Amino acid sequence: MEVIAVKELSKLYPTRDGSVQALQKINFSINEGEFVAVVGPSGCGKSTLLKILAGILPLSKGEARLRGSLITGPRRDIGVVFQSPVLFPWRSVLDNVLLPIEVHRLGRNGHLKLAMELLSLVGLEGFEHRYPWELSGGMQQRVAITRALVHDPAMLLMDEPFGALDAMTREQMNLELQRIWLERKKTVLFITHSITEAVFLADRVLVMTPRPGCIMDDVQVKIPRPRAFEAMNLPEFAPYVNGIRGRFNAKGLMDT
Amino acid sequence: MKTLRNAALSILLFCSSILAWELIVRFFEVPIFIFPAPSKVAEALWRGFSTGLYQKHLYHTLLETVLGFLLGAALGFFLGTVVALNRYVEYFFYPYIVMFQSLPKVALAPLIVVWFGLGLKSQVVNAALVAFFPLLVNTVVGLKSADEDRMNLMRSLAASEAQIFWILRLPNALPFVMAGLDVAMIFALIGAIVAEFVGARAGLGMLIQSMNFNMDVSGQFSVLLILSIVGLLLNRCILLIRRRVLFWDPSEKERLERERIAL
Repeated sequence: MEVIAVKELSKLYPTRDGSVQALQKINFSINEGEFVAVVGPSGCGKSTLLKILAGILPLSKGEARLRGSLITGPRRDIGVVFQSPVLFPWRSVLDNVLLPIEVHRLGRNGHLKLAMELLSLVGLEGFEHRYPWELSGGMQQRVAITRALVHDPAMLLMDEPFGALDAMTREQMNLELQRIWLERKKTVLFITHSITEAVFLADRVLVMTPRPGCIMDDVQVKIPRPRAFEAMNLPEFAPYVNGIRGRFNAKGLMDT
Repeated sequence: MKTLRNAALSILLFCSSILAWELIVRFFEVPIFIFPAPSKVAEALWRGFSTGLYQKHLYHTLLETVLGFLLGAALGFFLGTVVALNRYVEYFFYPYIVMFQSLPKVALAPLIVVWFGLGLKSQVVNAALVAFFPLLVNTVVGLKSADEDRMNLMRSLAASEAQIFWILRLPNALPFVMAGLDVAMIFALIGAIVAEFVGARAGLGMLIQSMNFNMDVSGQFSVLLILSIVGLLLNRCILLIRRRVLFWDPSEKERLERERIAL
C-alpha cells in the first residue's frame, strides 16, 4: 500500500528577480514500511521536499498525498526529525518526548509507558528526567527520534538528522536507526547528502539533481538486513555507492 | 581554603576603609554638614531606628516600590504580549510607545503628583510608570525571538497559535522577561524616591529632602545606606526567582559558574 504518493510536484520560490524553481515535476511513491533515502548535493531542494511533505511549506504545482489524502497543511500522522534536535531546554527529556502527545491532546498518562519504552529502545533508559543540555549531541538526536515516534505516525520524515554529528557518532546512530526501524517497521523518508549513509540505511535511494531539483534515479538497494558496518565492505555495497556517485559525476555535480 | 581567605580579605578591606574614612575626617576636621564620619552615620542610623522613624518611612517606600513594580511589570508584560502577538497593535501603537520610552519618565513626576496627590497613590503610579518600559520592551523582544527550527517543529505538529504561545513562545521569552524584571525592580525604587522628592507625606525620599533642609548630612548618609541595602535586597529577590525559573538557560548557568569562581 502506498503511504506517500507524489505526482508532478513543483515548487517555485518567489524572489526579487523572478521566481526560482526549487523542485520540478517530482514523481515518486513510498510503500508501507519502506525506508527511502533521498540523496543529493546541497541546494537540490531535498529539504524543501521534506517541508512540503510535512505540510509546513505549500507546493506550487502537482500533488502530494499521504495515505490517499492530499497534504494541504501540517498533519498529526507525521513525525519529523530535523537536522538539529530542536529540543526545548526547559523541558525534561520525557516532557520533550511527550510534546506531540500534549499538542495533539492525546492524554499524557496514557502515553507515559510508551514514551518510556521508546526511550529504552533508543538506549536512553534512566535519562527521562534529565534535561537536554545534560546530554551529548547524539543522545539529543535520539530524544528527537523518540519524540517523532511517540504519537505513532504513519510516516517518519528525517531531514539530515545526523548531519551535525561527528563521524563516529554518526555511524553509531546509523546502526541504531536501522535497529529501531527493524523493530518498529515505520515508513521512513530519510534525507541526506551522504551516499554511503543512504545506501547503508535505505531500501530505495532517490537521487536528486540540483536547481531545479528533480529525481534522476531510483535505486533499489538489495543488501540483506540487518546490515552491519561490515556490509560496507561487502562486494555488493560498493557498486551502489559508485553507481550513484557516477550519476553525480556525469552531471558534474560533485565537488570532490 | 581559598574562599575562606578571600572572605577574610574582603572583611579586612571593608574595615580598613571605614577606619581610614573615620581617621581622615577626624584628622582634617571635616565639618559634619559636609562629610560626616562613619561613627556619626552609625549614630544617626541608631537614632533613626530606635525612635521608629526609619521603620515607618522604610515601610512606606518599600510598599510604594513593590506595589509600583508589580503594577508596572504586570502592565508591561500584558501590553508587551499584546504587541508581540498582534501585528496591527504593533503597527499602530508601538511607535508611540517607543517615543514615550525615550522620555525621561522621572520628568513626569511633578505632573503625577498634581494628578494623584501627595499620598501613596502618586508614588506607586510613578514607580509603575518607570518599571513599565523595561518589561514591555523585553517581553516584545522575547516573544518574537522563538527560533525558526522550533517554530517549524511546532507547525509540523499542527499546533494551534495558542499552543505555540504557551508551549514555545512564552517559556522562550522568560530569559528576556526576567532580565526586564531585574531592571524594573531597581527602576521602581528610583521612581518611588523621585516621586517622594517632588512631594509626599512619608517615605525615605521625603526624609532625605527634609534632612537636607535641616543640614542633617549624617542623617542623609544613613538613609542612603538603607536605600542601597534595600536596592540590593530587592535585586537579590529577583535573582532568586530568576535562578528557579531559568535553571535551564545557558546564560544563567554561566553566571552561576562565574559567581562560584568569584566566591
